[in-house]
Amino acid sequence: MAGTRVLVGTRKGAFVLTSDEARTDWKVDGPHFPGMEIYHLKGSTLNPDRIYASQSSGWFGQVVHRSDDGGATWETVGNDFTYDGVPGQHQWFDGSLRDWAFTRVWHLEPSLHDAETVYAGVEDAALFKSTDGGTTWAELSGLRQHDTGPQWQPGAGGMCLHTIIQHPSDPDTLYVAISAAGAFRTRDGGQTWQPINKGLRSGEIPDEDSEVGHCVHRIDMHPSNPDVLYMQKHWDVMRSKDGGDSWQEVSGNLPSDFGFPIAVHAHEPETIYVVPILSDSYHYPPDGRLRVYRSRSGGDDWEALTEGLPQSDCYVNVLRDAMAVDQHESCGVYFGTTGGQVYASNDSGDSWTAIVRDLPAVLSVEVQTLS
Amino acid sequence: MSTGTTTGARVVRVVLPAHLRAMARAQGEVHLDVAGEVTQRSVLDALEGEFPMLLGTIRDRATAKRRAFIRFYACEQDLSHEEPDAALPERVVRGEEPFMVIGAMAGG
Repeated sequence: MAGTRVLVGTRKGAFVLTSDEARTDWKVDGPHFPGMEIYHLKGSTLNPDRIYASQSSGWFGQVVHRSDDGGATWETVGNDFTYDGVPGQHQWFDGSLRDWAFTRVWHLEPSLHDAETVYAGVEDAALFKSTDGGTTWAELSGLRQHDTGPQWQPGAGGMCLHTIIQHPSDPDTLYVAISAAGAFRTRDGGQTWQPINKGLRSGEIPDEDSEVGHCVHRIDMHPSNPDVLYMQKHWDVMRSKDGGDSWQEVSGNLPSDFGFPIAVHAHEPETIYVVPILSDSYHYPPDGRLRVYRSRSGGDDWEALTEGLPQSDCYVNVLRDAMAVDQHESCGVYFGTTGGQVYASNDSGDSWTAIVRDLPAVLSVEVQTLS
Repeated sequence: MSTGTTTGARVVRVVLPAHLRAMARAQGEVHLDVAGEVTQRSVLDALEGEFPMLLGTIRDRATAKRRAFIRFYACEQDLSHEEPDAALPERVVRGEEPFMVIGAMAGG
């Protein structure tokens, strides 16, 4: 029988939640790396036993862990994220220029095409690649050295590269997103990059149609239709039908178009999920009601999904890396909250249960569907 | 301060914070053979040589400077701001006292 493994990164360790295909009974394993901030864990689709974890600490810096047995045991791999050449400078909050400086790995993305290759998105924004399972890392510096680099600036969470999407059939095409620079695309494996922010409008920056400077929170794609991208921006939910060349707003009837994660259904390329948050000033759901919104038409028309979710006095947030879907026939949807709950739906979002509810604040949620 | 200037290999005792002991899979104190003069730098070089998973956790990978929330204590003294190549106290050199790597107090 097929299995399900949910990888949860929290402020105080990592947790591995397992179940069968029914996804009604769950085993909670952890904390791994107790007491440490685990920004992100993700498993390889080519080798599901291979999982990477990013540990970040104000005391002890960046550590990357790797498991080759599905999260049962871990070893430390490379943590040398040295920028290529002279790092240069970017905008700082006060309008001054500040030296690029590595802080942490926000996101680890195993390649869809090679089991030993993994990408790391870091703060200050840059993309690193390893071709030896995380042992050594080399920067794909064409991104950071883009002409617009000196105009990039941090969002409140830091100038982080948090989204990495690899094209399902073309290994050399990658999409990344940076807060607060925007979205970028390469078609040559990371040597050269193009900003893909046309159509984004951000009232928080002086020129709301600027080529860069947009606070993109998350992008997702369905592998059967890789030209269609969905984006949760700081404000606005957006869709591109041309691989990022242009974007159209699809916020429609959402109660708020501010939020962090966005996810696409495993089998329905136009079914997407977001979690509306009241605003950037509040960082909790509107009306104290935790609602996932689903669109079955690629945006614009949205329905609230509430069954099993708290509908009063709920003031948690759902962070950008904290939502994922599984590949089971009845698609599972998962998200974690800053209140430590991990909610799961085994029916495409129609109903939800908290499969664990008292973890440390959840930073990331990823799912593996095991055969 | 009594200092050590020995040039032979010495066994230096090092106390690590719990998180780093867990990463290094070390129990209790770590005992290190330190060649040459016993200094912060030579002790940390020996520590990272023995436990490469600790590279970058005590000293920044790029600058080799002590991470901001790490302190070095020995013989009831805070040695955090000593020069990396300054000799450590003789009692550390002789193995009578440990060199302590401390995670600074912070919380809320």
